[in-house]
Amino acid sequence: MTDFFQLVFSGMATGSIYALAALGFTLLWQASGTINFAQGEFVMLPAFVMLAFATFGAPMPVAFALTCVVAVAILGWAFKRGIADPLLRFGLMPIVVATIGLAIAARNGIRAGYSAEAHPFPSLFADKLFNIAGVTITLADVGTLVFALLLVVGTQAFLARTVTGRAMQAVAQNTESATVLGINVPRMIFYTFAINAVLACAAALLVTPTYLAKFDMGESLGTKAFFAAIIGGFNNSRGALLGGIIVGVSENLAAAYISPAYKDAVALVIFMVVILFKPQGLLGKKVERKV
Amino acid sequence: MNLFRRTFVTTACALALAGPGLAQAQAIKIAGLYELSGAGATSGTNFKDGVALAVKEINAAGGIMGKQIEHSISDTQSNPGVAKGLTTKAVDDNVIAIMGPVFSGSIMVSMAESRRAEVPNIVGGEAAAITKQGNPYVFRTSFTQETAMPKVARYLANNLKAKNVAVIFVNNDFGKGGRDAITKALTDVGIKVIADISTESGQIDFSAPVLKAKGANADALFAYTNEEESARLLRELRKQGYNKPVVGETTLTGQKVIELAGDSANGAVGHVGLTVDAPNPLMLKFKAKFYQEYKYFCDHNGIKGYTGVYMLKAAIEKAGKLDRKAIATALHGLKLTAAKTPGVILDVAIDDKGDLDRESYLVEVKGGKQEVKEVLPALGQK
Repeated sequence: MTDFFQLVFSGMATGSIYALAALGFTLLWQASGTINFAQGEFVMLPAFVMLAFATFGAPMPVAFALTCVVAVAILGWAFKRGIADPLLRFGLMPIVVATIGLAIAARNGIRAGYSAEAHPFPSLFADKLFNIAGVTITLADVGTLVFALLLVVGTQAFLARTVTGRAMQAVAQNTESATVLGINVPRMIFYTFAINAVLACAAALLVTPTYLAKFDMGESLGTKAFFAAIIGGFNNSRGALLGGIIVGVSENLAAAYISPAYKDAVALVIFMVVILFKPQGLLGKKVERKV
Repeated sequence: MNLFRRTFVTTACALALAGPGLAQAQAIKIAGLYELSGAGATSGTNFKDGVALAVKEINAAGGIMGKQIEHSISDTQSNPGVAKGLTTKAVDDNVIAIMGPVFSGSIMVSMAESRRAEVPNIVGGEAAAITKQGNPYVFRTSFTQETAMPKVARYLANNLKAKNVAVIFVNNDFGKGGRDAITKALTDVGIKVIADISTESGQIDFSAPVLKAKGANADALFAYTNEEESARLLRELRKQGYNKPVVGETTLTGQKVIELAGDSANGAVGHVGLTVDAPNPLMLKFKAKFYQEYKYFCDHNGIKGYTGVYMLKAAIEKAGKLDRKAIATALHGLKLTAAKTPGVILDVAIDDKGDLDRESYLVEVKGGKQEVKEVLPALGQK
């Protein structure tokens, strides 16, 4: 039985990372109708930028802060102005294809331009182990889970309680009315991209110690985050958290109780089941098509 | 035409035809096929640098039989298809021998070409299947898994006194070949494999395999995965408090793994055929020379490339002529001692299949470095 709890807990820690990436996905979709298939690379790039700052001597917190600034500028503003804005008016497909291309470019840029090998990444948490009733938990596991939860809850609180947040929600629900009401729609959309960039940085900080900084670390992460977002509900932020945890835990359980070879298939199977029976996701609300 | 002009034209034609022949007689052409990009970039680059260093040394000392070596370098991109094409091109270029590739997947494809063209092919791969195809033109620069695993099994039986072992392996050609070889070797020394745990290439989360290994409660764990996965596995083992001995082969205790796993690598024991930290004066000299030339410490692939060239040189000198078939025949059954041929660093014997027999090392990771615990003699010496 302790094995089961061990697997569940490890899975929750991994799942909370998927949840962070998935949250960015859902926010971008809700606020601007952008589906970003480069989300995994959005986590990989800050990881390398943090490593770069660290090699220049910056301590981790400073490197993280600097990376957030860089990420907001590039993954937020430049992405929005360069890709999202020009292509959105042509519908969804161009943006999807463009982000897929962006992902490939980012991956190969790092692979050829920097290094094809994996690099160690310092962990935010000290290397401590707790043993609770036979289940071994690292400080990193607990810390990741708590940190991710705080971020998700914090983002939700920001969106629900602050004026800016509510303005962003208004933009997401009905762009025309928001404009009429005097909300600066482009700026609100930019804030969404900026929040996505910061969440990606946080995900990088939490996940790279385990994943190891490598050019292809974003590939599987991005795909799992996408599944997590769909499973949980593409138009609900709490859904992202739930979806992430479900994917993380079921992967671990499948690897142990079914077969390690089918680990990656589990997320896909749950994804298909959810799409077939509850297409809006577990926590999502049915959305009528806007005409 | 008058006599003068006829003689002139005839001489000119004769020289033109003999020209390429003359040029070839001036240099020994060796084609280098290396993974310089893709998944094998580290291995291929190390191997290439080892070869280049050996070529430089040999040319400075007068070459082979008075002729300089011409070493051409190509990138297989870790792609077997590209490797095959480059092999064909090398054959068309009329080379004496081909060095590389390193990745077993590429070798399986390219060695068919070198066999067809009857060109000696000195490779850096470790998969057992390479020398099982009856190809008389392929030669290794490192152990096959079938030579290495019995040594590991001997260590597990004699030193660790293990009665049963759990095996964790990666589900690719390299890992499966290794798992088959170690299972056979362990059975031969009377040790039971009580857990056979497969993992995927690129796997991130090792909590399930480690749980299974813990549950099996074996006397020791044999871990055979690629470098990054080994690092993650070691971390998970430490996290879950696994306290039985962890033994590996070549990859588990590599420098990259130590770098990626940090403190979790301490205590891991591995059998390695080649390490720059071997307590051997020739090896240490090589380590320094390599560092001076390239400013980094090479891994086992650099040693493979370097010694491979010297093996080829010895074979050419034994054959006495630049005839590929003769060189291949000379390589089979060749026994080289480090005393007479310092370039091979360690005494080596090549058998009729192209496999090597050489001493090897048992290293333990201590304080973030490989420490040689024991020198294991060549199997032929018992």
